[in-house]
Amino acid sequence: MAKTINKKNTVKLDFNIEYAPAPESKSSASIKSKYDLFINGKFEKPLSKKYFDTINPATEEKISTVADANNADVDKAVKAAKNAYQKTWSKMPAKERAKYIYRIARMIQERARELAIIETMDGGKPIRESRDIDIPVAANHFFYYAGWADKLSYAYPNKKIEPIGVAGQIIPWNFPLLMAAWKIAPALATGNTVVLKPAETTPLTALKLAEIIQESDLPPGVVNIITGAGATGAALVNHSDVNKIAFTGSTDVGKIIQRAVAGTNKKITLELGGKAANIIFDDAPLDQAVEGIINGIFFNQGHVCCAGSRLFVQESVYKTVLQKLKDRLETLIVGDPLDKNTDIGAINSKQQMDNIHKYLKIGEKEGAEMYQTHCVLPKKGFFIPPTLFTNVAQSSRIAQEEIFGPVLTIQTFRTDDEVIEKANNTPFGLSAGVWTDKGAKIFNLTTKMRAGVVWANTYNKFDPTSPFGGYKESGFGREGGLHGLSAYLK
Amino acid sequence: MSRLEVLKTYKIYIGGQFPRTESGRYYTPLNKAGNPLANVCLSSRKDFREAVVAARNAFGSWSSRAAFNRGQILYRIAEMLEGRKAQFIDELILQGATNAQATTEVHTAIDRLIYYAGWCDKFQQLFGTINPVASSHFNFSVPEPTGVVSIIAPQSNSLLGLVSVIAPVIAGGNTCIVLASETKPLCAVTFAEVLNSSDVPGGVVNILTGKPNELVKYFADHMDVNAIIYCENDATHHKLIQEKAALNVKRVYFYDKVNWQSADAENPYFILDTQEIKTTWHPIENIGGAKAGY
Repeated sequence: MAKTINKKNTVKLDFNIEYAPAPESKSSASIKSKYDLFINGKFEKPLSKKYFDTINPATEEKISTVADANNADVDKAVKAAKNAYQKTWSKMPAKERAKYIYRIARMIQERARELAIIETMDGGKPIRESRDIDIPVAANHFFYYAGWADKLSYAYPNKKIEPIGVAGQIIPWNFPLLMAAWKIAPALATGNTVVLKPAETTPLTALKLAEIIQESDLPPGVVNIITGAGATGAALVNHSDVNKIAFTGSTDVGKIIQRAVAGTNKKITLELGGKAANIIFDDAPLDQAVEGIINGIFFNQGHVCCAGSRLFVQESVYKTVLQKLKDRLETLIVGDPLDKNTDIGAINSKQQMDNIHKYLKIGEKEGAEMYQTHCVLPKKGFFIPPTLFTNVAQSSRIAQEEIFGPVLTIQTFRTDDEVIEKANNTPFGLSAGVWTDKGAKIFNLTTKMRAGVVWANTYNKFDPTSPFGGYKESGFGREGGLHGLSAYLK
Repeated sequence: MSRLEVLKTYKIYIGGQFPRTESGRYYTPLNKAGNPLANVCLSSRKDFREAVVAARNAFGSWSSRAAFNRGQILYRIAEMLEGRKAQFIDELILQGATNAQATTEVHTAIDRLIYYAGWCDKFQQLFGTINPVASSHFNFSVPEPTGVVSIIAPQSNSLLGLVSVIAPVIAGGNTCIVLASETKPLCAVTFAEVLNSSDVPGGVVNILTGKPNELVKYFADHMDVNAIIYCENDATHHKLIQEKAALNVKRVYFYDKVNWQSADAENPYFILDTQEIKTTWHPIENIGGAKAGY
């Protein structure tokens, strides 16, 4: 299926490239038809006796069937983690602990290609992203934290370093393996044991990780991976032997979890939603800024909590930036996530697609102007073309609420003060972007943004050494870097 | 004829002013012998809300002051407290302390302020990092104040406890609203007078008197408060605070196991509790490599 760049409504492009299909082969990915729960080092049939399907959102075809853990299954997994914590993991010399984590990192690297293909099939993200970002950064995360295991006393001077115990970890569907790595690696390095629940729409790479962990000879029970939906997560949050909850997901669910652990001694870290401002000043290198805007909002179909979903353009360059943005939008290739040329893959689930459509309607109803690219969407699967909204009011729901899709709202500003005020006028505070060639202006903006990660003249960059996490209602605690250790220490 | 003593009116401290509670209510804490200490303002939810407005208004300029300047101001508070030692010792004795206990408490409180004054421009170097990312970017993380913090101060150690919870919060650039010890509120009001004469801008510290049972709910559920600190071991309050805090994902800290007189009661990790870590990225141009890495 060749794709042609559609030139309707755009300035003239002096080239017209047809891309031949370049699909990644599925043959190097081995996926079982059925997955059980990974508890105490073994794949165990669920006590619930229930399974659910996981589908490929780009084709709507079933890929596999995974177990649906109930309360009894959660209890079994937590008991295994507690037992492993008490008998094995907390007693093991830190140097040995480190070597297990290094080993897992290496095995992820060895199987990177397979993991990338499965990630793309299960979640819909372009293979280019899973291959170049998700999987390598996940492996690097294990590699980075492995080295901390025997150096913890240097991280927090004059403080007693103690693990918390059993960590219950609940992760989202937007970066399935990467989020598993962000959760598991620091927890293990600091001497905790883990029960991890991946999202119900993207369980497969976590289960492949379970296979890797089994192969790595990590002592049984140190990492347990159980699949299921919200009820499974709730059972994990409410289990009395869980000492720590780490959650990445929506702010709504984060608040429910924060309330649920009230009155217990459970430690908690939350990495929640965002509505990041991406700010373009008139002195910015505009072509680079446009690439940054595109990467900021359309990376991973906009299913990114730190996505630059609110664009603020200085009035004097608004028309230029908007035109460049529309031109660039028309060149984005939307379609088969397994195709190496694809820029924007499938929306993760039908439910999420419906949610995005709901916001598109709200935006139009609120009087904003919608612009979508003219790409031809595949007939099957869940797809939404890249979307811009102009004429957006600060109070508009599409500018205030997290859409979690390829939808960008565009507002303008005149002065630095005005844009700082507008950018910070949100209950969220996860990330922000600033584009200008003036160093002094960069630091004025980056220090005044009430957000945990600020990208200046770049966007959506991640690294194991770089702490990530929010201000305000975007959650608390950090993942990555030295600061990520404290989430798993008493 | 002996001179009639002038009694002090104990008021609350909001936005650098000393109003009475808008509610017009008062309560009368008693000393050990059962005699009234004073008529003290029984602050209301509305007083608290006004204090939050004052704290939020003060946050921008306080957090953007030079760390060195905040250090000087904390040191100034200690100086002023030293100068009014006798008054605090008298009040502590009125509230039931022995002379020796009162003297130790005031001295420790002064020293604790000096301790945190010194941290104002140092904790950033301890808790900030430069992160060696694998891509061509300069990347660093720094602590920044969480924002407006509501504090229910310790019930015992009515001066030392109060100072010990306020100092790390404002040293880090936050502003706060503090509910003083219910049964021993005298020193808290007098401490407000010290703050008021110590170059601490109005609104940075706001001090209310009243009953935790009545106010803890509002300290925990206000949508413009970013963090809450609570110092007692009361399981009902703990649960209530954590539940209400979830409304806007407040950071919650319980300091119920701290012995405020011990050396463990002062360290920079108390400052870190009301800090957020901000990470900033910027590309590094690889000149000659033709790969700008944007």
